[in-house]
Amino acid sequence: MSAGYDVAIVGGGHNGLVCAAYLAKAGRKVVVLETAKETGGAAKTEVFSPGFKVSSGAHLLYQLHPKVLADLALEKHGLKLAADDLATVALARDGAHVTLKGPSVEGVSPDDARAYANLHERLLRFAAALRPMLSQVPPRLGEGMGLADKIALAKLGWSIRRLGRVEMREFLRIVLMNVADLAEERFESDLLKGALSFDAVLGTHLGPRSPSTVLTLLYRLAGEVSGGQGRIALPAGGMGSVTAALRQAAEAAGAEVRTGSPVAQILVEQDRAVGVGLDGGEVVTARTVVSNADPKTTFLCLLGARHLDAGFVRRVHKLRSRGDVAKLHLALDGRPEIPGLSEAQIRGRLVIAPSIMEVEEAFNAAKYGEASAAPAMELVIPSLGDPSLAPEGKHVLSAVAIYAPYALKAGWDRTRESFKQRLIDRIALYAPKIEQQIVAAELLTPIDLEKRFGMTGGHWHHGELAVDQLLMNRPVPGAHQYAAPLPGLYLCGAGAHPGGGVMGAAGMNAARQVIAREKR
Amino acid sequence: MPLDVEQEHYKVRVRGTPFHERTAALNLNNDWQRWAGYTVPNSYFNSELEYFAIRNAATLYDVSPMIKYRISGAEAEAYCNRLVTRDVAKLKPGRVAYVVWCNDAGHALDDGTLFRLGESEFRLCCQERHLDWLLDCALGFDVAVEEVTWDIAGLALQGPASCALLRRCGLEGLEQLKPFDVRDFDLDGQKLSISRTGFTGDLGYELWMAPEAALPVWDRLFEAGTLHGLRPAGSAALDLARIEAGFILPTVDFVPADQALRHTRGRSPFELGLEWLVDFGKGHFNGRRALLDEKKKGSQYCLVGLDIQGNKAAPHALIYHGQNVEVGQITSAMWSPTCKKNIALASFRRPYGDSIRTDLWVEIYVLKELKWDKLMVRCKVVDRPFFAPERRRATPPGDF
Repeated sequence: MSAGYDVAIVGGGHNGLVCAAYLAKAGRKVVVLETAKETGGAAKTEVFSPGFKVSSGAHLLYQLHPKVLADLALEKHGLKLAADDLATVALARDGAHVTLKGPSVEGVSPDDARAYANLHERLLRFAAALRPMLSQVPPRLGEGMGLADKIALAKLGWSIRRLGRVEMREFLRIVLMNVADLAEERFESDLLKGALSFDAVLGTHLGPRSPSTVLTLLYRLAGEVSGGQGRIALPAGGMGSVTAALRQAAEAAGAEVRTGSPVAQILVEQDRAVGVGLDGGEVVTARTVVSNADPKTTFLCLLGARHLDAGFVRRVHKLRSRGDVAKLHLALDGRPEIPGLSEAQIRGRLVIAPSIMEVEEAFNAAKYGEASAAPAMELVIPSLGDPSLAPEGKHVLSAVAIYAPYALKAGWDRTRESFKQRLIDRIALYAPKIEQQIVAAELLTPIDLEKRFGMTGGHWHHGELAVDQLLMNRPVPGAHQYAAPLPGLYLCGAGAHPGGGVMGAAGMNAARQVIAREKR
Repeated sequence: MPLDVEQEHYKVRVRGTPFHERTAALNLNNDWQRWAGYTVPNSYFNSELEYFAIRNAATLYDVSPMIKYRISGAEAEAYCNRLVTRDVAKLKPGRVAYVVWCNDAGHALDDGTLFRLGESEFRLCCQERHLDWLLDCALGFDVAVEEVTWDIAGLALQGPASCALLRRCGLEGLEQLKPFDVRDFDLDGQKLSISRTGFTGDLGYELWMAPEAALPVWDRLFEAGTLHGLRPAGSAALDLARIEAGFILPTVDFVPADQALRHTRGRSPFELGLEWLVDFGKGHFNGRRALLDEKKKGSQYCLVGLDIQGNKAAPHALIYHGQNVEVGQITSAMWSPTCKKNIALASFRRPYGDSIRTDLWVEIYVLKELKWDKLMVRCKVVDRPFFAPERRRATPPGDF
């Protein structure tokens, strides 16, 4: 029996650490229990081949919440960006690449450029209207709705109404529509449309023509990093350095972090969470248990359905959380060459999504449990701006690829090698010499991501980011205000509002709820 | 790939029960009622006389359409305990319990009888279908749930002479069955499971058998029943008996929570007079947290029995306090020939019917030769059951 804590946090992913830091700062006695040898969850830098390191899960920083950054003084705790405000380059087979950065786009017609600037500005404004929701507890609707819920709902309504009559109408027109229609209304460049589609569907089980893909795009744009909304950054030393800073912040505030301590179950007494049991039998008692694990793992595996009402269990069980993203890591013995890219461009985020149709066709396969024949991809070569990741003169390439469905009909064991080769061939269309430069290659399918990071379905958002699983529906009604139906148990991971990405908002909001509801 | 589903079912829209051949022959009124996809007689010859046979002799009522689920497996007890509000651990094999089960909000989904047939085997009998709910309840439990409605034919043999009749058939030791006991018997080579249960509030038994045994058992009972005044009884007669017994019926006295379009139409066990079925001490069960909360804050409604002035039955009538404030509604009502009272079940908005029980009035409309007469009569809240003869509990029962 370990000494009693105020709060035991199950899982030391970035949200768990954020939550721990806030709670410890508020004077709570906190312990973080992480299964792996290192904290970080899916926000981690790992060696995948001798001398080569890579962000093994999330590899780009879109939206580390500025409040988290400031409140926890993460820069003081060692967080540094290796690159800031990355450009997105939509790769073209003929070398006529299209580069997007903020409102500007190069490589398209003046009409497209104007239309893009216009759309970008508008989307940012819409996303900004949603942004306050990120750091808010989503309101409870219907029975039991309190004053705070009414205020939260009114605030959301007001921030949309404040866009003005014309803009509000436009917001309401596009918010649930599909990104393909939105792009086709405005642009002629296939590359531009392809890149926009890719951004809207990445990490979801949606294609460009699926309804509500404009909302997922807005969600992505709602975040901000390094003082700019919709920007993209690379942390120095990979994503692991973000979690390292978070861990330092948490420990500096007094939280205890125990790695290599897998939680086997959440303990219940008298209808209240009273601690956790570890693999091997150790019991850690705590007044409050906060879970950074995904909702299915938390409720169905660690807690167990029998402590919950069947209607709630039904909703958790039906949560859509099958990942569609594979991760590819290449160790290269030289600098990759992509004809037609400037130095600034190749250091950016490279997107292979030649057109809406190609992304949609890639999604078609996923609908039927097959891996895409021509996957869409996002590549970064972080070692270009961060020499700590690879030996001198050598490089790492990190890619995410869609669609790689979790429940592959043929099974991943039989498909892994051919899919890996398919991705390399796909990159080779743009970087013809890449194959000869490969020293080592690692493919992480959703199955591998599930195993390595303990995320159900290998879903990096711990559950689809779709309109029916957002806000007060995230993860499911009844647990959307971080508190689980079982007293003393809370969620703080990406499965909770506002969802995934290395943002930390879920951890921050959850900590706020624990402080408000749980007496010390 | 051939589909493992019935594809010809639509050709028969409504089924007959395994007793249909016999019930159809006896149904002189040709008066049928649909019940869960089957037809059963609403009345055979005269529902009043059938009712009097329930109270004074013996009757057979075809309960085959009753929805039945088999729940089995190592964790069947834990499963049932999470499903229903009662403590199933206290239910021993060979016993039956009246149970109610709730959704997350603590609103009743249905009530029914839970048979414990073995250490790890249960049968749940109820009116409404719940397979999807029961299967979702099975998540995380080592248990199998299957619907066995059409695999088991059922007959309710009810009335003061029912025990004597069964003994005449040669069922040894039947008289030792206590209320809510269930045991296996052999009737001329037919395997029967007999429970001392029923929906009449009288002495009575329910007989459960394979569909193949249905007709031989029916015939044997009628052969033995002549001297005991055995009659077939239809649903109309049964409904009179069940109101006198004070039993509530889903969709009549309450709306099953999963059928309520309006959240506020759901009713908790506290609001149905079933608080005695709720055991907070047994660990978690569906709706427990909501019910605890309700217990703390107080319930909104209550369901009680009424004795109404006069002799005009008052189905669906509105109830007033001081003749002008609407406070409740009658859900089931009848003139009770046995009690010689005008009785009803009614749902009240608390505190009416609960702490305020005086100055309550029922508004009854009576059609007299195409002219509506409106009556405003007094009623008083009374205990249920309205009719509770000693013989329903006596073991061994008297030999009528």
